Amino acid sequence: MRTRVAASLGRATSAASRATKRGDGSVIGARVTLLLAPHALDELAAGWRIATVSGTNGKSTTTAFLTAACTAGGRSVVSNTEGANLRSGVVALLSSRRTRDADLAVLEVDELALPTLLPSFEHPVVVLLNLSRDQLDRFGEVRTVASRWRAALAMNPATVIANADDPLVTWGASAAENVTFVGVGLGWRLDAVSCPACGERIECSDTDWWCSACSLRRPSGHQLSGDELLDPAGKVLTVLRPGVPGRHNLANAALAVVAAMKLGVEPSVAAGATEAVTSIAGRYQTVAIGRSQVRLLLAKNPAGWHELLTMIDGESRPVLLAINARTADGRDPSWLWDVEFERLRGRKVVAAGERAADLAVRLHYAEVDCEVWHGDVIERLRTLDDPLVDVLANYTVFADLTRQLRMSA
Amino acid sequence: MTARDSTIQIALLFPELLGTYGDGGNAVVLTQRLRWRGFDAQLVHVPVVDPVPSTCDVYVLGGGEDAPQTLATERLADHGLAQAVDRGAVVFAVCAGFQILGRTFTGADGEQQPGLGVLDCETRPKGTRQIGELVVQPTALDLPLLTGFENHGGITELGGNAAALGSVLVGAGNGTGGVEGVVTGKVVGTYLHGPALARNPALADLLLSWVVGALEPLEDAVVEGLRAERLSEAFSSRRAGRST
Repeated sequence: MRTRVAASLGRATSAASRATKRGDGSVIGARVTLLLAPHALDELAAGWRIATVSGTNGKSTTTAFLTAACTAGGRSVVSNTEGANLRSGVVALLSSRRTRDADLAVLEVDELALPTLLPSFEHPVVVLLNLSRDQLDRFGEVRTVASRWRAALAMNPATVIANADDPLVTWGASAAENVTFVGVGLGWRLDAVSCPACGERIECSDTDWWCSACSLRRPSGHQLSGDELLDPAGKVLTVLRPGVPGRHNLANAALAVVAAMKLGVEPSVAAGATEAVTSIAGRYQTVAIGRSQVRLLLAKNPAGWHELLTMIDGESRPVLLAINARTADGRDPSWLWDVEFERLRGRKVVAAGERAADLAVRLHYAEVDCEVWHGDVIERLRTLDDPLVDVLANYTVFADLTRQLRMSA
Repeated sequence: MTARDSTIQIALLFPELLGTYGDGGNAVVLTQRLRWRGFDAQLVHVPVVDPVPSTCDVYVLGGGEDAPQTLATERLADHGLAQAVDRGAVVFAVCAGFQILGRTFTGADGEQQPGLGVLDCETRPKGTRQIGELVVQPTALDLPLLTGFENHGGITELGGNAAALGSVLVGAGNGTGGVEGVVTGKVVGTYLHGPALARNPALADLLLSWVVGALEPLEDAVVEGLRAERLSEAFSSRRAGRST
């Protein structure tokens, strides 16, 4: 009862926020709901089939894949597609009137929020992607996140789908009773060198990893091989051709398809649905700006930058890099030195964003010639003469840019 | 120039363990600043599986998380680094790397651990993390203002045989006595990330001059732009009361 009243007051707040043009208003409404009924999520989530997607990189993409896959499989799905991935965002989604006819909620969940949300869910499907350094001045140590996952999964029954190639994820997931591991690779290894269980060295080969001291090692299970998803016996379940580029998105698609299978969707149906996902909240889309076709790429941390630089290796189109260091980005951009910008040597590069000066120094030492642009990113894009341009931006630059593009569209 | 070899070797120690805050960039900066002046310089990545070589010219250690810090300390006890220090090699250590070089430090588990004892200092936990821009007026070395970003939970107390790198103008630094870092001989410890040597080329060149002698200046306009921006930001946020 308390939750019902609180949820309706929350919705009223949302409506007021919308009426006064302060945005969608659903999250502020949910904050009101939670203030009045702190345990609102327990009641709101009751009766829902829930799937969560969490990890440092690929949350939104994998959530979009899983949503598309389950929809194609005949489920009626709601999802927090706007990326409101904390408790308030989940409460907002589940208390919205729009969700009444759905029977499955696919939730993108912040990696630190996941352990606190799990107790409210009845045997959810939990997808665990990867863990790496991200906004360290906010999140603290990455191993702490894995350790909290571990504690929460030991207490709360769930069907877990986890990346077998990430030692931190494997350790976090292996406390759960029901885990399906999927080997999807790991591009960024620098956070996977010290065993999360015992602190000793992790050894690795191209296809395997193991702790040099304790029993933690790569678990067997499903496997991504090229663009084929194999079951534990090595049989091809389906071929993956996700609608967004890059090896990392093949990995995301593989995990989403296995999660969809746990929710009763045929693998070929699930894989087919990922082909239609061509842009996630503006990422990977190509837009016309000035005289250029501009592809918009988002990277929020070193592992994400590693993925994007791997994706654009060998291409020759000019690149505009843009970095901010606001709270949502992490206020310390020294991670720029973890990224192999040397790969951009010989390309035409523009360094932009509020921390263009940090980026310019990094590129200077990488011997990458660049133009430094301190103004608005979109202004520079409007005056480029190149037919094809890639923009690689971090979180708040990307958000500002896509908002400007929506407004001018 | 060293008598042994004409190649200057910059060792980056355990980048997998002590590389959480981009501090590997310090080794890149040192190597590039030598190469741009015509020196033959080599960046030697020393993975945690290998013994620490005792023959490099400069050793760079970075920041890291608690468990890796403990593991790094055990691996560093294999004498390679101690021999290098005795020989007069230059050591530049940041944050966790700085704490490791002290007599003792305390991990997040609250247990005090012996450090390598290269520096006369002890680190204990503060209870809260110190995160933000850090500006230091050098006192032990003849250098312009030092700028960086700190992110640590330690208080480092200097002993009688250690001189502070400088006085804190913005931020916390060692967290006691209003000072930051430590200098003993050719060993420098600091809480400055950024990486420190990318933001402070004069410090980079000073460390290099301890190996190769006086150096010609380099064209540093790009770096000066960053320094001016960061110093201005740090001083204005201090005025606005956001310096911590």
